[in-house]
Amino acid sequence: MTRRALFPLSMLAFGYAFLYLPIAVLMVYSFNDNRLVAVWSGFSTRWYGELFRNAQIGDALWLSLRVAAVSATASVLLGTMAAFAMQRIRRATGRGAFEALAMAPLILPEVLTGLSLLMLFVMLSEAIGWPAGRGATTITLAHITFGTAYAIVVIRARLSQFDPRLAEAAADLGATPWRTFLRVTLPLLAPAMLAAWLLAFTLSLDDVVIASFVTGPGASTLPIVIFSSVRLGVSPQINALATLLVLGVAVLIATAMLMLWRAERRSAP
Amino acid sequence: MTAPGGRTGATRKLVLGLPLGWMLLFTLLPALVVLAISFTEKRRGAPPFTPLLVPGEGLLPELNASGDNYALIFSDWLYIQAFAGSIRIAAVSALITLLIAYPMAYALARVREGVRTPLLILVVLPFWTSFLIRVYAWSSLLNSNGLINSLLLDAGLIAEPLPLLNTEFAVHLGIVYSYLPFMVLPIYAVLERMDWTLLDAASDLGARPARAFFRVTLPLSMPGIVAGLLLVFIPALGEVIIPELLGGSHTLMVGPVLWNEFFGNNDWPLAAALAMLLLVAVLLPAALIYRLARRTEVAT
Amino acid sequence: MDADQDRPLTGGDAPPIIRIRGVTRRFGGTTALDSVDLDIGRGEFFCLLGASGSGKTTLLRAIAGLETLDSGHILVDGEDMTGWPAYRRPVNMMFQSYALFPHLTVEKNVAFGLQEERRPRDEIRDRVQATLDLLEMGALGGRKPHQLSGGQRQRVALARALVKRPKILLLDEPLAALDKKLRERAQAELVSLRERIGITFVVVTHDQEEAIGMASRIALMRDGKLVQIGEPRDLYDAPCSRYVADFFGAANLFAGTVAGITAGIATVDSGEAGSDLPALCDGQSATGAAVTVMVRPEHIRLSRQRPAQSSALAARVGALAFLGNSYACELTLPTGKIVRVRLSPLEFEAAGRPAQGDEAHLWWEPKVARMLSQ
Repeated sequence: MTRRALFPLSMLAFGYAFLYLPIAVLMVYSFNDNRLVAVWSGFSTRWYGELFRNAQIGDALWLSLRVAAVSATASVLLGTMAAFAMQRIRRATGRGAFEALAMAPLILPEVLTGLSLLMLFVMLSEAIGWPAGRGATTITLAHITFGTAYAIVVIRARLSQFDPRLAEAAADLGATPWRTFLRVTLPLLAPAMLAAWLLAFTLSLDDVVIASFVTGPGASTLPIVIFSSVRLGVSPQINALATLLVLGVAVLIATAMLMLWRAERRSAP
Repeated sequence: MTAPGGRTGATRKLVLGLPLGWMLLFTLLPALVVLAISFTEKRRGAPPFTPLLVPGEGLLPELNASGDNYALIFSDWLYIQAFAGSIRIAAVSALITLLIAYPMAYALARVREGVRTPLLILVVLPFWTSFLIRVYAWSSLLNSNGLINSLLLDAGLIAEPLPLLNTEFAVHLGIVYSYLPFMVLPIYAVLERMDWTLLDAASDLGARPARAFFRVTLPLSMPGIVAGLLLVFIPALGEVIIPELLGGSHTLMVGPVLWNEFFGNNDWPLAAALAMLLLVAVLLPAALIYRLARRTEVAT
Repeated sequence: MDADQDRPLTGGDAPPIIRIRGVTRRFGGTTALDSVDLDIGRGEFFCLLGASGSGKTTLLRAIAGLETLDSGHILVDGEDMTGWPAYRRPVNMMFQSYALFPHLTVEKNVAFGLQEERRPRDEIRDRVQATLDLLEMGALGGRKPHQLSGGQRQRVALARALVKRPKILLLDEPLAALDKKLRERAQAELVSLRERIGITFVVVTHDQEEAIGMASRIALMRDGKLVQIGEPRDLYDAPCSRYVADFFGAANLFAGTVAGITAGIATVDSGEAGSDLPALCDGQSATGAAVTVMVRPEHIRLSRQRPAQSSALAARVGALAFLGNSYACELTLPTGKIVRVRLSPLEFEAAGRPAQGDEAHLWWEPKVARMLSQ
């Protein structure tokens, strides 16, 4: 590095500080004994204790985890199918339309996605009686819809790097198409499917806007509870919850990314 | 690569049909429903809007569409200002993000390969952690009795807390903070592939480093810059959480206005009309990014 | 490996192991294979040679079952393969990129095909080990493909195909991904491997030297058609067209018409040479026919003194390059035609050490010059 690189490097350091300091401060202050968040009066874990006794947050977390797990799994299945289907569509116009439809949830504003799905659910329930009410089911359906779009991006990127000769080699060695899928395609796609699952899972766990639209009475996901609480102001209990959530997700994702990175290097030509 | 049952028609139809059916039902159809409802009028009851089709004199139903919602939006300053505010704030934030992200991406592209991946993971990691919590972290920092104000007060630099929260500045800050990775990554992707001997060539031809940067590096990183600007601009346009938590009632943006029409006034048709106009505002830059992606796909 | 396999045959009366009849394959507007007919004998080391786009790889993939044919039939060991998917054919392929499964170890890559055959576990283990040992890869069974060198990967790809004991081994540019030194060794190893295990090899290559060095027979392809089939010596010495002559190394070509034929030697009146040239008659062209005379650079004699031969051509020495084991020399005829000559150091001395700008004379034995009618 020459002296000229000093400016970009210091910007890099500044950038990391900018990205991580606010979260770090929040984490530190989650151990503050004082109810006034900014006034440090000693180390304490009392807010964590209160958090664990908070049944509303416990219920919301459980609902969020269930919704996220189901919608991430469905997203990966649908996304994998769609990624394969896209490869097969030969006509450029047909593929373009399919891609545009599949990618739409990535670009559409969340308020539009939420509003439109809610209106659809209301209309459907009037016309055919399904979905009967709004709650966990409708949130899951909405999350599958945008989760699939993200899953397609991740899985397609991996699929496009695939050497088609590998499938031919498997066929040449006696594997039927189904066996080829099980023994070659699926293992090689697994890291991308895991990444897609994690992405869909964390996005579902984080969604406020869409869930607020499509949920019904009694079904509050964790982000909905957090959002309505922090709109009223800063709360030390939420600081503790945020700390746990950030740490949990960060550890999960960092491990997964390192695993993927290694797998990538291993299968690089 | 082959999918299972590559030769059998049934599996093949399922692999295409299931996701396609899902997208038609949960992406296309809802958009059409919103479009339809945007032409209805608010009423009390369930659903809280007038039916678009009413029984006509003959067998065919009659269309009962009204453009009142759109007329209202275009005649009321509140809505016009909300759209203008969204566009201005999204654009300014995107430019500020660029100014911070470009040097970061540049440094990432030039560091040793061994440390590059961990550093990249550090850029991407915040994207995975909760968006809501990251915005909330700033609201607690910017609060009048938050950490920033307390530190400044303790140091004697200010006599009274600065009004940081519930300002447009706070919204800009929130957007830059939340979408920084979206800007760093595409610029990094372009710079990483750049042939750095081009700079040696420019220097050999008599360009000073600054000139070489403006005449070689910057033009070559244009695709990444444009992609990054759009990736920040598009989601910022319809943002709800950041203006709600950081902007307060002074900052007019479409997202919170739509949110309030729906949740506060229970005015579904007006919310639908606002959503359709927001869609139009988003589709333009989105079409641009699609073309850009196609072009780079062809180029590589 | 199978000890009861036949010894190599080149041609002969035994039924061919591959019989290709009228095979055509089109991609959009281009015809990759244009009604190809070809027989390949049991135990041959057969080379499909051609420039890129000549259809050689398509033909190989068609035998493997990786291309569907628009028309025609491919018979392997007397059985029509039409409608047989790749995974049921008794042939195996070594891919140009090797196509090793990146997520599997060397052993598991090699075992892949046997597992698909549902062989007992013990048999798989023994055969994998035996094949890896045969290719001197026995110690590397636990490695992943990315931990291997290029040469080692090539051996794994070979082992993975051979362990299935195919009737035919198909090799797509087997040496292309290796560096030059390794390539020469690998070439010799492929030949000796085929001799040891006795199965038929069909190799695709674009490199004529590689083909000449390995093959028992070569088929040269161009634009989806077979141009010439024969032993390497035939294609080099007696090409059937200017294209083949050019493809196999350097050739001096003189267009002309047959002026007369005596005792199997034709005299060709060539405007390009500005003189009558002697050439071995091809037995078809009669007096007056338009032909091309081909002489390889190493067959041309050179001398500064005028030789006894009446057909000798006067020329001026142009560029001269010392290549270590030989001299490459370009001479210009009075007509302007450039003739390339290759001299051994001894011949160079005997020619009187010609230098650039010197007047020299060149000639050849009539029977080394060939007449091409196309």
